[in-house]
Amino acid sequence: MKVGVVTFPGTLDDVDASRAVRIGGNEAVALWHGDHDLRGVDAVVLPGGFSYGDYLRCGAISRFSPVMTEVIEAASKGMPVLGICNGFQILCESHLLPGALIRNDHRKFNCVDQRLRIENNTTAWTSAYDAGQEIVVVLKNGEGNFIADEPTLDMLEGEGRVVARYVGDNPNGSRRDIAGITNERGNVVGLMPHPEHAVEALTGPGTDGLGFFTSLAERVFA
Amino acid sequence: MATVVVDVMPKTEILDPQGKAVLGTLPRLGFAGFTDVRQGKRFELTFDGEVTDEVLAQVTELAGTLLSNPVIEDFEVHVEDAR
Repeated sequence: MKVGVVTFPGTLDDVDASRAVRIGGNEAVALWHGDHDLRGVDAVVLPGGFSYGDYLRCGAISRFSPVMTEVIEAASKGMPVLGICNGFQILCESHLLPGALIRNDHRKFNCVDQRLRIENNTTAWTSAYDAGQEIVVVLKNGEGNFIADEPTLDMLEGEGRVVARYVGDNPNGSRRDIAGITNERGNVVGLMPHPEHAVEALTGPGTDGLGFFTSLAERVFA
Repeated sequence: MATVVVDVMPKTEILDPQGKAVLGTLPRLGFAGFTDVRQGKRFELTFDGEVTDEVLAQVTELAGTLLSNPVIEDFEVHVEDAR
């Protein structure tokens, strides 16, 4: 599959994300924030970083970039979209996912190897995992505190839309230890930790993150 | 020329870590009696012409889409006299 990886001004993790896409067995296609078309890709990754300098709010300006107009339209038609870290913030600002991400409750930037539990393995991005499987990937954020009002949190839990949860100490104050969520259809996933930094044993805490990038192919051939 | 001001504040039920950090500094500087600090943003939009209801409606739309995130923030719009 062709997987687009979007670079905004201030994106950091686009190269790692592209590498993870390739190691996952797919073709990575570079997309630019000013692009008005998605170059025929089958899926899109919005990587981490500080797009537009995190000015205004994280992801607030990126949401209105030309490429996001295309991504929002394609996502609403069912195209798989994975937003990691800043990408998750952009998906919330775009209203493709509910809730918002605010500053960590302890006010410090956090960079750790983080244990997660995959709660929903039926999304386009998590089908390579077993339900309940625990994985360790990198977590690095200053504004990773997921919040939503109680009815929205109950709805996410009730519909099985919590994709991943923090195991052990909650690293940023996220409501109900939520690390990632999905939309109703399961094609759009937002995740605060970084699976793209855990695809090679040499440079990460292991290869537990690879499943996010092999799930797409499994879905097609299933 | 007129200035339209948009004040954006975190909703009262939302944790405001920046405000908390400022609050924590007050006693160290000898300012006593303050029980809470909340930090928001102020936008000043300069408009060339009269600020009509239509202009205010535009600013309100802008405030609710780009300048604030209604999930976590509230906003208020008002016009300031020319300086």
